[in-house]
Amino acid sequence: MTQIVLPGIIVGSLGLVYGLILAIASKKFHVEVDPKIEKIADSLPGVNCGACGFPGCFGYAEGIVNKGLAINLCAPGGADTVKRIADIMGIEATAKEKKIAVILCQSGGYENTLLRYDYNGIATCKAAVLLSNGPNYCNFGCVFQNDCVTSCKFGAFDIDKNGMRIIIPEKCTGCGACEKACPRNLIKVLPISKQVHILCSSHDKGPEAKRRCGSNTACINCGLCVKKCPVDAITMNNDLAEIDYNKCISCGLCASICPTKAIFDKLDGKRKKAYILEEKCVGCTICAKKCPVNAITGELKQLHKVNTELCVGCGICLQKCPVKAIQWR
Amino acid sequence: MGNIFTLAISAIFINNFVLTRFLGLCPYIGVSKKLDQALGMGMAVIFVMSMASTITWMIHNYLLIPFDLVYLQTIAFILTIATLVQFVEMVIQKMAPSLYKSLGVFLPLITTNCAVLGVSIININESLTFIESILHGIFAGIGFTVVLIIMAGLRERLDKSPVPESMKDLPISFILAGCMALAFLGFAGFNI
Repeated sequence: MTQIVLPGIIVGSLGLVYGLILAIASKKFHVEVDPKIEKIADSLPGVNCGACGFPGCFGYAEGIVNKGLAINLCAPGGADTVKRIADIMGIEATAKEKKIAVILCQSGGYENTLLRYDYNGIATCKAAVLLSNGPNYCNFGCVFQNDCVTSCKFGAFDIDKNGMRIIIPEKCTGCGACEKACPRNLIKVLPISKQVHILCSSHDKGPEAKRRCGSNTACINCGLCVKKCPVDAITMNNDLAEIDYNKCISCGLCASICPTKAIFDKLDGKRKKAYILEEKCVGCTICAKKCPVNAITGELKQLHKVNTELCVGCGICLQKCPVKAIQWR
Repeated sequence: MGNIFTLAISAIFINNFVLTRFLGLCPYIGVSKKLDQALGMGMAVIFVMSMASTITWMIHNYLLIPFDLVYLQTIAFILTIATLVQFVEMVIQKMAPSLYKSLGVFLPLITTNCAVLGVSIININESLTFIESILHGIFAGIGFTVVLIIMAGLRERLDKSPVPESMKDLPISFILAGCMALAFLGFAGFNI
């Protein structure tokens, strides 16, 4: 009996003594941690997604307090979190615009992808693209092993009947995890206010791109959108049209003219039309000159009219009118 | 006196804990990037080793042997070392926050550092006296620090030298560690 009890007592009392020493030491050598750090860490979402550049939410909280980092780096938290942090830190809230992930490829389903061979390897996109440049015919397209879906911590991806990934806008926080996960760089995190996107990433030459694309929606670098864009936001970069989102006004003209429907306009058919208020219009002709589709007509110093059939609702005239005589209707 | 000198030369050079006994390799590679960090780590290890030697010797001779519990050696020693390291961590956090930050995760790692447990067990196995045990702990710590500082100095110089891309940082450090171990092997021929 003593053989069991004695060691128990001795090791137990050793532990007790050490515990007491540590307890006293922790009181004596207590280091005050800034309470702000804990408060901020509490108000962050706590998903440790890494969108802010820190490995975890606590690291970012420390960064805000100790290094004075910007408080709007948390993508999943959004405007609410920024406001709470601003309250804790006692500074003005400067919320960033919410961003959302967009998949820049319309292929990648069971029925709309042309395959070179059946891929039965490791079920990740990174592995699939390594095997003779991916199973699909297009060298730039989606290989549909769903790396983006597994990378998402918010369950913002849905997969439809055809096996296509759909981003659920309400759930997407714009953290950019999928952007990093995609080995073909098909996903971009873009401001949510931008509604028109070129959903193709193929740098192949026109006919080649179209031949390889399973959904026939490849950018064939015809350059129509470049010519049509009223704000010169589209450039042809290495056989692929690209939108400069700093300039883009989401007017949708490029989408309406694209021969392969590579450009997708979320607002298509939902746009409002411009309407000129009779009592305010001074007949300066500025709107008529600026209209990219010549939908506004009128003589100098006379009331101008909008041809609602031609109007695409780009909103340029609203901005340009010096007397604010144009409204959405 | 001669005995102590032998002990010192033996612990620091001939039976160096890192390069001859191959104990405590984790901090040896991990904390040897900067000279001041290495010095801080070395000091922490010297302190922990000497304290651990003192206390574990007392526990072994006044607690474990009288009650015939030598088979509990490892548990009792690990418990002691863990407490010591926690204590040192708290003190450093309070007294030298910058050192605490630069040591980072390696300070808690001394807890599981085999060099500290090693020195305690070697003290017992070689049946050193109380004073000898304390001195052995200090000398072992100094040996560790010396090697760590040499390594840190070399690695600081390596940063500025043209190392092939694939060999940068860790690979070249391992080769360096091997060369240093070979050099310390030369001390094994000493006859004191």
